[in-house]
Amino acid sequence: MNSVKNISMKGKIDLFLKQREPILEDWKHTYYLWRSTPLAMIGTVIIVIFLCIAIFAPLLTSFSPTDQNMNERLLPPSSQHIFGTDQYGRDVFSRVVYGTRVEVWIIFIVSIISIIIGTVVGIIAGYFGGVVDEILMRITDMFLAFPRLVLAMVLTAALGPNLTNTMIAIALVDWTVYARLGRAEAMKVKSQPYIEAIRAIGAKDFRIIAFHVLPMSISPVVVQLTLRMGTIILTAAGLGFLGLGAQPPTPEWGAIVSDGRSYLVDQWWITTFPGIAIALVVLGFNFLGDGIRDILDPRLRR
Amino acid sequence: MKKMRGNLLDISKLKVVFYTYRGVIKALNSVELWMNHGERLGIVGETGCGKSVTALSIMGLIEQPGEIIQGNIIFEDKLLTSMKEDKLNDIRGREIAMIFQEPIAALNPVMKVGFQIAESIARSKKKNMDKEVYSEVRRMLEIAGLDWERTINLYPHELSGGMAQRVMIAMALSSNPKLLIADEPTSALDVTIQAQILELLDDLVKKFGNAVILITHDMGVAAEFCDKMAVMYAGNMVEYASTTNIFKNPFHPYTKGLLRAVPKIGRTEELQSIKGMVPDLANPPTGCRFHPRCKYAMDICKKKLPALMEIKPEHYVACYLYSKEGVKSAN
Amino acid sequence: MKLGTYILKRIFLMVIVMLGVATIVFFITHIIPADPVGAILGGNAPIERIDEMRHQLGLDKPVLLQFFDYLRGLVHADFGVSLKSNRPVLTDIINYFPATIELSIVSMIFAVIVGVVLGVFSAIYRNKPVDHFSRVFSILGVSMPVFWLGLLLLLLFYYNLDWLPGGGRHNLFIFPTHITGLLLLDSIITRDWIAFWDVLRHIILPAFVLGYASAASIARIMRASMLDILRQDFIRTAKSKGLPKRVIIYRHALKNALIPVVTVIGLSFGSLLSGAVLTETIFSWPGLGRYIVNALLVLDYPAVTGGTLFIAFIYSLANLLVDISYATLDPRMRV
Repeated sequence: MNSVKNISMKGKIDLFLKQREPILEDWKHTYYLWRSTPLAMIGTVIIVIFLCIAIFAPLLTSFSPTDQNMNERLLPPSSQHIFGTDQYGRDVFSRVVYGTRVEVWIIFIVSIISIIIGTVVGIIAGYFGGVVDEILMRITDMFLAFPRLVLAMVLTAALGPNLTNTMIAIALVDWTVYARLGRAEAMKVKSQPYIEAIRAIGAKDFRIIAFHVLPMSISPVVVQLTLRMGTIILTAAGLGFLGLGAQPPTPEWGAIVSDGRSYLVDQWWITTFPGIAIALVVLGFNFLGDGIRDILDPRLRR
Repeated sequence: MKKMRGNLLDISKLKVVFYTYRGVIKALNSVELWMNHGERLGIVGETGCGKSVTALSIMGLIEQPGEIIQGNIIFEDKLLTSMKEDKLNDIRGREIAMIFQEPIAALNPVMKVGFQIAESIARSKKKNMDKEVYSEVRRMLEIAGLDWERTINLYPHELSGGMAQRVMIAMALSSNPKLLIADEPTSALDVTIQAQILELLDDLVKKFGNAVILITHDMGVAAEFCDKMAVMYAGNMVEYASTTNIFKNPFHPYTKGLLRAVPKIGRTEELQSIKGMVPDLANPPTGCRFHPRCKYAMDICKKKLPALMEIKPEHYVACYLYSKEGVKSAN
Repeated sequence: MKLGTYILKRIFLMVIVMLGVATIVFFITHIIPADPVGAILGGNAPIERIDEMRHQLGLDKPVLLQFFDYLRGLVHADFGVSLKSNRPVLTDIINYFPATIELSIVSMIFAVIVGVVLGVFSAIYRNKPVDHFSRVFSILGVSMPVFWLGLLLLLLFYYNLDWLPGGGRHNLFIFPTHITGLLLLDSIITRDWIAFWDVLRHIILPAFVLGYASAASIARIMRASMLDILRQDFIRTAKSKGLPKRVIIYRHALKNALIPVVTVIGLSFGSLLSGAVLTETIFSWPGLGRYIVNALLVLDYPAVTGGTLFIAFIYSLANLLVDISYATLDPRMRV
């Protein structure tokens, strides 16, 4: 019988893997399910392409998205300008391509802010219960009393229309979803018998929240996040369309659609292509979200 | 049509499969069953042996991904397995009725209980749901031992398990069906309520003369209630005889094993469990499906499914131990 | 708990929430870094005039006092005076509100009918052509940006095909009498069929654009819910009672399946109001959404405050109705 000290490096790795075997099995199974759900796969592919475009933007187009060239304004799609040019002579294709970077940035920041605010509020409400819970939930209700875009609009206008404020505004509208989740998880974990046990040996609230509630919350939050990505993009595009988002010349897709509005009849390409881009990316996230939801459905999961 | 072995119901060579992602599940392997009017037949066996599937097949309620791929079910003089859906539907709820295991879940949560019973009555009498129908509802609720005034306007989630099962019984018996199929009606209930419900069924069925198929995994319940018993294992009928004979004189090794595992007051030997596990019905054993667990298994048991044969008057067994074939091959 | 008590409790909660909403809106609009007075008078106006206007508008009082004035005003349904139009904001709201409501209602009706029908048939004829069409329709619906769809349809139906008008509620020369402000209803009441047809032609496109996304989410949930219900025990019981398929679907399954759909309808109303802002902008629809957007762009904050509060109120009311119908449909919910 080897004592732990005498096991070689390989042995230690084997032991580590063996102890984690049930978790690994679960992940392997999830991967298998993911592969056999066409919806999730297509969605993932679309999003991967989207991210690649964002990363490799300069490689995909030689034109600058912001340089104006009045000699080349309002040109229809051609081999040189795949999506044509807008009223300032800018290549629409590059604007759409560089727009992916703006979108990625938006998704990233909005997600972080809303998840942090939401889970903190939710977990505190769920864990401490009572008056704290009531108050926090009423506050959540108050934010929920606004239609999303309306609140985001007002917030953006109040803070000043620029990209950063748009992201803050959307995050301030979105956090409520994560608050609900955090609260549900906190309440679930709080009532587990093992929590009573560790409290009996002196575990403080903060420790319980950090080490037990938070890890359990990660999974539903991630799922919810995927499902909300599409909405975040649509809201951001909506704000951009209204002129409340990224300011010119930043190539945000919603703003580009708005740019093309006055030229819609004869120069349809300025509005059409960024809209297609929005639709495709949101579609990708929706496919992925649907696929994930199907995969996690306990009835189908075997 | 060949002569029926029972004048109410005759099931022969029934094969049912379920197509799943795991493979084809051969749920019923060639089930033989028959009974007469007014009889009480108990189908017993472990969970998953096909008791419910058999019952649902009689009612024609096997749906995607399941399918009856072979066999005949004859009810009185009608061949149910080849009937068109609308004709079959005429029989459901009128001549054959069924009650289920989880009574509260078996009732529509957003409808008042009285309405659901009225629906059955209205249908079987081919009327609209008028005063006459509702007075019949009242009568059935009283017969089922409920306070009709209180119960008639309740929703299923407001009932206890026992009350809900009484409602189901009222609903099922309202058309005075020739056959009542009870699929584990008491398994989800407390023991004391169990006794009450069985007593109620006993009273009513005696009064109205319905035949009953009682499906259960509890030998005690079957012994209480049924005249005849059919023992099922892994999709096959292995023994069929009167209750007395099954308990006093079991022949099939599985039946013997089942009885040995049932605690009985006065018994002092240890309970013995049957070695091995219930087979995976996606990949069932060849021949007799019990052979891997049977200590008497012979070569022929692995090759061919034994037929249900009458080895004593009114006592049928499907086992090579008692057939000429089996005896021959053992030598 | 009885239905009546439940309703009262929800109304009480709603009042509290609205109070909080009013507070939030007030504080948001008061952290505007830009000065509304400057926006009205122009940056070069003399200081005295600026101060005079500030005093006139009550902007020189401490914030807390302004807040109480504001709350007092709200209780009297006084939203203040629009900095741009110089009319009481309430008057503006009453003028523009019916347009938004009419658009929202028509869109909602469209969305619910299309969504429920598609969802139910999708579930019954699972994996047949109807199902596939419905699922494609749905997922496109929740993925396409409302404003883009609106613009493209305008391009097609107005600019290219000239089948439908390009904006507004009615032709300038056909003026239906305003009774309720809901022009479709008004033209029916006055039996002005020419006006009715005109208004209808004007509302079709914006209602479709606005309702499409909601129809899509309703269809999805309806399908999922229906499939879920059809798997349940009590459906098996209904079949064993020999009930015909039509009865099982429409009497037994549907009522149960509609329960989660009602929640989605409620949520959809919220995104409908949001989408109304964008749709009204594209179709030049003289509604509350467009009013708020214009007010935002000129920093007319009494108008913004009033408009937003009003929309929040309508939305909360809609949610309240959804909760009540929830409790009516599902007796288990009256806790």
